[in-house]
Amino acid sequence: MSTRLSKGGRLIDRAKPLAFTFNGKPMRGFAGDTLASALLGGGQVMVGRSFKYHRPRGIVASGAEEPNALVGLGRNARFEPDQRTTTTELFEGAETTSQNHWPSLEFDIGEINNTFYKFLPAGFYYKTFMAPRAAWKHLFEPVIRKSAGLGGVPKEADPDRYEQVYAHCDVLVVGGGVAGLAAALKEGRAGKRVWLIEQTPNWGGRTPVDGGQIDGHDAQDWIDSALAELSSMENVTMRTRLMAAGLHDHGYVIGYENLADTTPGDGRPRHRLWRIRAGHTITATGAIERPLAFAGNDVPGVMLASAVRDYIVNWAVSPGDRTVIVTNNDDAYRTALAILDAGLTVSAVIDAREETHGALPQAVKARGVRVLEGRGIAKVQGRKHVTGVEICAQAGEGGAVETIACDCVAMSGGWSPVVHLWSHCGGKLTWDDDRAMFRPDAARPPTGADGSAMATVVGAANGDLTLPETMGGLGIGAVSEDEAPLAQVWMMPAGAPDALRFKSFLDYQNDVKVSDVQLAAREGYESVEHTKRYTTLGMATDQGKLSNINGLAVLSNALGQPIPATGTTTFRPPYTPISLGAVTAEAKGELFQPLRRTPMQSWHEAKGAHWEPVGHWRRPYCYPRSGETHRNAVNREISNTRKNVGLLDASTLGKIVVKGPDAGKFLDMLYTNMMSTLPVGKCRYGLMCNENGFLMDDGVVARLSEDTWLCHTTSGGADRIHGWMEDWLQCEWWDWKVYVANLTEQFAQIAVVGPKARDLLERLGGMDVSKETLPFMQWTEGKLGTFDARIFRISFSGELSYEIAVPASQGLALWETLMAEGEALGVMPYGTEALHVMRAEKGFIMIGDETDGTVIPQDLGLNWAISKKKTDYLGKRAQERSHMTDPNRWKLVGLETLDGSVIPDGSHAPAEGFNANGQRKTQGRVTSTYYSPTIGKGIAMGLVLNGPDRMGEEIEFTGESDAMIKVRIVDPVFYDKDGEKQNV
Amino acid sequence: MSDAVSALQGETHEGFATVAETGLVGMITIRCDLGSKGLAKALKAEGLPVPDARRIETVEGRSIAWMSPDELLLICAHDEAPALTERLSTALSGEHALVVNVSDARAMFTIRGEKADQVVMKLSPADIATLPTGEIRRSRTAQVAAAFWRSDSDTISLVSFRSVAGYVMGLLEVSAREGSELF
Repeated sequence: MSTRLSKGGRLIDRAKPLAFTFNGKPMRGFAGDTLASALLGGGQVMVGRSFKYHRPRGIVASGAEEPNALVGLGRNARFEPDQRTTTTELFEGAETTSQNHWPSLEFDIGEINNTFYKFLPAGFYYKTFMAPRAAWKHLFEPVIRKSAGLGGVPKEADPDRYEQVYAHCDVLVVGGGVAGLAAALKEGRAGKRVWLIEQTPNWGGRTPVDGGQIDGHDAQDWIDSALAELSSMENVTMRTRLMAAGLHDHGYVIGYENLADTTPGDGRPRHRLWRIRAGHTITATGAIERPLAFAGNDVPGVMLASAVRDYIVNWAVSPGDRTVIVTNNDDAYRTALAILDAGLTVSAVIDAREETHGALPQAVKARGVRVLEGRGIAKVQGRKHVTGVEICAQAGEGGAVETIACDCVAMSGGWSPVVHLWSHCGGKLTWDDDRAMFRPDAARPPTGADGSAMATVVGAANGDLTLPETMGGLGIGAVSEDEAPLAQVWMMPAGAPDALRFKSFLDYQNDVKVSDVQLAAREGYESVEHTKRYTTLGMATDQGKLSNINGLAVLSNALGQPIPATGTTTFRPPYTPISLGAVTAEAKGELFQPLRRTPMQSWHEAKGAHWEPVGHWRRPYCYPRSGETHRNAVNREISNTRKNVGLLDASTLGKIVVKGPDAGKFLDMLYTNMMSTLPVGKCRYGLMCNENGFLMDDGVVARLSEDTWLCHTTSGGADRIHGWMEDWLQCEWWDWKVYVANLTEQFAQIAVVGPKARDLLERLGGMDVSKETLPFMQWTEGKLGTFDARIFRISFSGELSYEIAVPASQGLALWETLMAEGEALGVMPYGTEALHVMRAEKGFIMIGDETDGTVIPQDLGLNWAISKKKTDYLGKRAQERSHMTDPNRWKLVGLETLDGSVIPDGSHAPAEGFNANGQRKTQGRVTSTYYSPTIGKGIAMGLVLNGPDRMGEEIEFTGESDAMIKVRIVDPVFYDKDGEKQNV
Repeated sequence: MSDAVSALQGETHEGFATVAETGLVGMITIRCDLGSKGLAKALKAEGLPVPDARRIETVEGRSIAWMSPDELLLICAHDEAPALTERLSTALSGEHALVVNVSDARAMFTIRGEKADQVVMKLSPADIATLPTGEIRRSRTAQVAAAFWRSDSDTISLVSFRSVAGYVMGLLEVSAREGSELF
């Protein structure tokens, strides 16, 4: 039974007690505790159930490598599953719940899986649930999903906020242990801009627990003075609770900072994602102790030897009264000494090696502890907590020679350097057989743009496991006890039979055992990557920090090959899980995406506009009045515009000025028709195609002066077309004298449309907008009332129409003036849907409706807008290719339903027969379809095979469900075919 | 024009730094060969130099910034921008040049306070800590384009497009909130 010791605990503050709950049970801990140390301190050894077999599980580790002790934390909107208790700091009022069980932690029905473990081997679901097919989806999968899986999903939106920050430095040192501190000191003293980050709240790593002397000082004293010096350096930035999640190309490191997990709801960002550009990265990420694979190595109370001494020294928590230590190395004897120093009992040290002569074993023996050499653990006794261990010969098959009662087992299978960051970007590893570990190969580092190493590794992360090695590598003297070589122990005992291997866990979090990996090898899985996926070894949220090396060693033995021949799986970021909130940062709610607003947006909002997203703009679709449906609003807006006068906010329209001696030549290349011949003061409609001949944008071009043109683009196309122009000017025609500028946002633009449009402008006064002075397709500028206006006489509706551009700062005032002055004329605003319907009534095409990237102007009957005189324009050559001139290309026609109904959007016209794929052949499709209040029935445009030659022919289009709609092929211009209304 | 308004009409928020929209500001884009004598002469007539790469020079309330190898941005009072655009256009009529008033295409903000840099650090990948006075950075704030420079010992000026002024103000406000200081 674990408990809090009455003295000690270097990280806790006994003056600051904290209350929390575990499964509703009130518990207490201290400031400085982790959830894990507080749970153990309160006697809670069993903290969860396992993933697959629902075996009772306890805390194994004391850091980021913990596989078992994950809990749900918080409640309702602030509930979060799978919180690692060993890295989560305790806070007042923390509510924790255990996972993976039903109905309770103590009694879990799912534990029946543990009894039937033989039927749940690696890949069992691939093998078992083959038939009947439907049963997988409806029966097997729901049952398995209920029985497996980790914590529950929060049901409410996350109320917390998160943020990202960019940082830059010459050198980033990852890890605040003694190696990291020494490296940061060296770089800091050299005047470099240094960042030093540490994932835990504390500096010094595990040296304060393990002890030793550095540079002639007690280790803690050296750490304190190093911290003092680093803090005094202005060029060094130090941060704790900041984990380096990944090392990416170009020295880009993602850091994850924990800010407000212990103060939920205080308004600060909960987590912060650091995006660090480091000139060079030094990883000082330490090493992780490996478990040993013996039967029952997952029973609550079996822990890593280093974790046992961490809990005693750091948090004054005794994991058990009587501890058995099982090891293959000398380092674990430090745990025996720590236990003895705390006044607790070491029942025995079980050492798999035949002989132990090192200083540490000698010191332990000298204190009267039994050391059993050449022995191993055959089996752990106990189910919900350890009650004892059966001892056997390590070389044998598990026959028990004695049983030792205990309530804690401290195991050590040696140490593995944390090579994740080194490996993320291609740093290679080499197998060190003496120490049984993969260590970074300095000759094959991750490389930067210039081919040199972008990362260096120091300390235990480099395989320098002892203090003298670590500090020696950094040029600093250090002393600690000599350590004898370890013995490679991948299975305990070496000849363990099936019954033991079935209970010897490699991956605790995914419940993968020695037997599973051996089964995979027998079934032909030779690649470690395949075995990983088949058995799920190392695929849990801990990414196999404890299991990977043991697993691939077992695989190697099963395949009869050396470990380096098997190799490792791929190390992928993040090092430990990071919250999706931190990835999202500020981009949620109103800031999810930039919303572009026109100068009149607030007016539209106040009038309750229904919105249509157009690019990042949000344009009024219509302005419904009280009790009015959107469709009725659209019909009203159209009728009023055609009868009186309507206003459209056209500010989103792209407006690009093109100037220079070669501007005319440039525009002749961009547009299909001639722009160089456009007289000053006049407007011309133009089409733009890409190099493949496909129509990509359209709009009216106005010639402002001898060498200046203003190109209007579609709302969604403005930025793209501006980029397109710059691309050609910068990369292809760099010697042409042309400058362009995107003035889209400089101007508010208002379309004043309808038979009374001229009356309205004349009410503002100041400019002559008569037919004689300002005829159709011309522009003029001056003072319209008090406004600095440029007025274009252009029409997209077929009505008398002016588009008025004023500086954006005057846009709202002009709009309000027009609304006020137009009241007597019946002025109403209209939205994009009315715009769409009115242009369809006139047979005008819309980019994105009639075009979809596969349509050329010729398909749309726009040959009149394609110059035949020009020797070249973008797309010309492509449009001469055989497929583009194929007479069977579908062509644009108008479509009129015989019964007046509206054809559904996206309808196709079926043809006789079926194609090679057994699909019905088609002869056309609808591109635009609306109810026209002007005509009083459904109108549409569509692309139809030989359409223009089939005027008057009746064909069928698909309607709702299976119904067919009879449609007559007609001219696409439904309204005012001669264009008299726009030309008054 | 008495009713001319900026995008956010001076909206201000207090946090660990004060973020504010500045109201209407005049801005003129000049595209030209930056090495031409005509340009130097035209600007000199207005009391302005041709800035070196990445520089922004301020003379008597006006600033001129280097935006690209063939583009400058002149910042001035809003109401003088139209006439100044005319004068420069005329002065550069002998050059291949484009001078255009972009005052209303932009929104301008200030971030004021000892920790103003930290607001920018949260939004832009530029290395603000090493940005000297007199340099302008064309970069981005979160998802939109922005340019910024040190306009005062404790003030950063930032320019964005007008249509996204509300988004940029939202970014600045949330990034400057009390309690989220970085250092």
